[in-house]
Amino acid sequence: MQYCGDFRTTYEKDVKIFQTPFIKICMGFLGVALLALPYLIKGEYLWIALQILIAVIGAVGLNILTGFTGQISLGQGAFLGVGAYTSAYLTAKMGLSFWVGVPAAGLVTAMAGMVFGIPSLRLKGLYLAIATLASQFILEWVFIRWEPVTGGSYGIAVPRPVIGNFTFESDGSYYYIVLAFTVAMTLFATNLIRTKTGRAFMAVRDHYISAEIMGISLYKYRLLSFGISSFYAGVAGALFGHALKFVSSEQFNIGVSIVYLAMIIIGGLGSIIGSIFGAVFMILLPKLLSVATTMISADFPSVTKMVMAFEQGIFGLIIVLFLIFEPDGLAHRWKLIKAYWKLYPFSY
Amino acid sequence: MTTQYLLQLVISGLVVGSIYAAVALGFTIIYKATRVVNFAQGEFLMVGAYACYAFLVQMRVPFWAALLMTILFAVVMAMTLERLVLRPMIGEPIISIIMVTIGLSLVMRSIVTAVWGNDILVYEPKLFPQETVSIGGVPVSQEFIWCFVLSMVLLAVFSAFFKFSKAGVAMRATAFNQQAAQSMGISVKSIFALSWIISAVVSGIGGVLIGNINGINSSLYHFGLKVFPATILGGLDSILGAALGGLIIGLLENLSDGLCKAYLDLSGVKEVAPYVILVVILMIKPYGLFGTKEIERV
Repeated sequence: MQYCGDFRTTYEKDVKIFQTPFIKICMGFLGVALLALPYLIKGEYLWIALQILIAVIGAVGLNILTGFTGQISLGQGAFLGVGAYTSAYLTAKMGLSFWVGVPAAGLVTAMAGMVFGIPSLRLKGLYLAIATLASQFILEWVFIRWEPVTGGSYGIAVPRPVIGNFTFESDGSYYYIVLAFTVAMTLFATNLIRTKTGRAFMAVRDHYISAEIMGISLYKYRLLSFGISSFYAGVAGALFGHALKFVSSEQFNIGVSIVYLAMIIIGGLGSIIGSIFGAVFMILLPKLLSVATTMISADFPSVTKMVMAFEQGIFGLIIVLFLIFEPDGLAHRWKLIKAYWKLYPFSY
Repeated sequence: MTTQYLLQLVISGLVVGSIYAAVALGFTIIYKATRVVNFAQGEFLMVGAYACYAFLVQMRVPFWAALLMTILFAVVMAMTLERLVLRPMIGEPIISIIMVTIGLSLVMRSIVTAVWGNDILVYEPKLFPQETVSIGGVPVSQEFIWCFVLSMVLLAVFSAFFKFSKAGVAMRATAFNQQAAQSMGISVKSIFALSWIISAVVSGIGGVLIGNINGINSSLYHFGLKVFPATILGGLDSILGAALGGLIIGLLENLSDGLCKAYLDLSGVKEVAPYVILVVILMIKPYGLFGTKEIERV
């Protein structure tokens, strides 16, 4: 017999990833839907789906650093770039395989992230945020100036992955590679935060002095967090480079860092599912806005220029409104919706 | 490399640095009183410059009146933003507040481009005389001197304001301990509003000064990004630090750029030098030259 309600009597039950059979069924359906997606949508829509999957990896990574460990980073865009350029250099210029390039991109970016994370040993809060902002500008500058490696302002053309004789040339086939990476890395992150390391991250975030007194090495976990987060960024950047088949510095500017930060704040800080919601929201939003603006400018051609400028503004406005009216993010709203259905028809 | 070239670099560095100092002052005032990091500081400067352009060129108002109207405009804008956007965010984590100001900066930038477009606009008539004077054998445009002097006056006035005026003392009290200040009858809410107003006014005037020299376009907000190295160098919550930090960053930026161009044949150092300096400072002296060290005891 099933009891009404969700009773957890052991710790094992409490930390299970899929709590109830119903959620398992839902996840099953979601999995099937994700696998069938390239057969259902085509062209531009498939490209958007690809971008969302890649953004999920980057957002989960940033959430590990910012949401779980409490270290604000304004440099995620540049770290994506480090990954993209590493993989591009290894595959396009040295002729190595995609399967070497992407993990190498992750590792190199993790190293870069840890180097720029060194200030976190002495700084926190705002000072650290600004230090990471500096890393964004310095890396961006390196991307443009270090021409032998990065191709300077011309960028690098990047091949799609190959297995045997099969090239993942179409977006539909490449989608499955990205999907595999996204699922694996999201699951890894979900598991990571249930381990000793994850709990140490949260302890550092919640009260670092108490954490240190309890024997958690602040330096170790802060650097580790930077490393893991940058590894995610590196993989996401590399996948993005191969998806676009081209890597250039404009794809990794400060705006990208801001979008990633907005993803995790709007999705929900310190929540893996929040990172996913945030990634979906922030990738879809500009597309919806540009659809809306094209419709408006079709009817009123005279205001086209103005409307284009307002697209960025509306984007900013939505971020502002979201933060004022939904400060805990979409993940929190999702919890409230779930609670509503669990308690229905009683409101509390 | 002549001494003349070097002197030229120093002078232009100091002029740009004095604008950085003014904008950094605005940043510091807000941070000191409210612990909010305003990522829209550069946009404040940009909006000020465009507002003055609208009054001066488009409405043909004399300069002194245009400046006054710009200041009024900045006051109204700051009050509105503080009331509508920043006040609901009190008590939210730092990162959300950073994000709100970033969102705000996007909105302000888009409004400016929507209204005035992307072209470079020039103040007409010029505010200051154009004749050059000679400093140590280097011809320097008079507007550079005016720009430097006015920013320094601005900094001096506001330092005096904080030191001696009643409102300034109240602001320092609020910065030190909000609850204690409130229990002494200081309205923390109006202090918050006041700090935003002062910040917008100072940055707006900075915008007018820089717009007068280089002309204005929508990339003026880049000045805001250079403010972070300046404030960090000086120490986030020090007004003297903001002034010195701005000057030093302007100077180092120009010198490193000029020297790299002359000796290493490396251009574009200007864009990155302030941030390299920033990282070095953070490694050596995390709280800047004059910043308050946060001491933690258990």
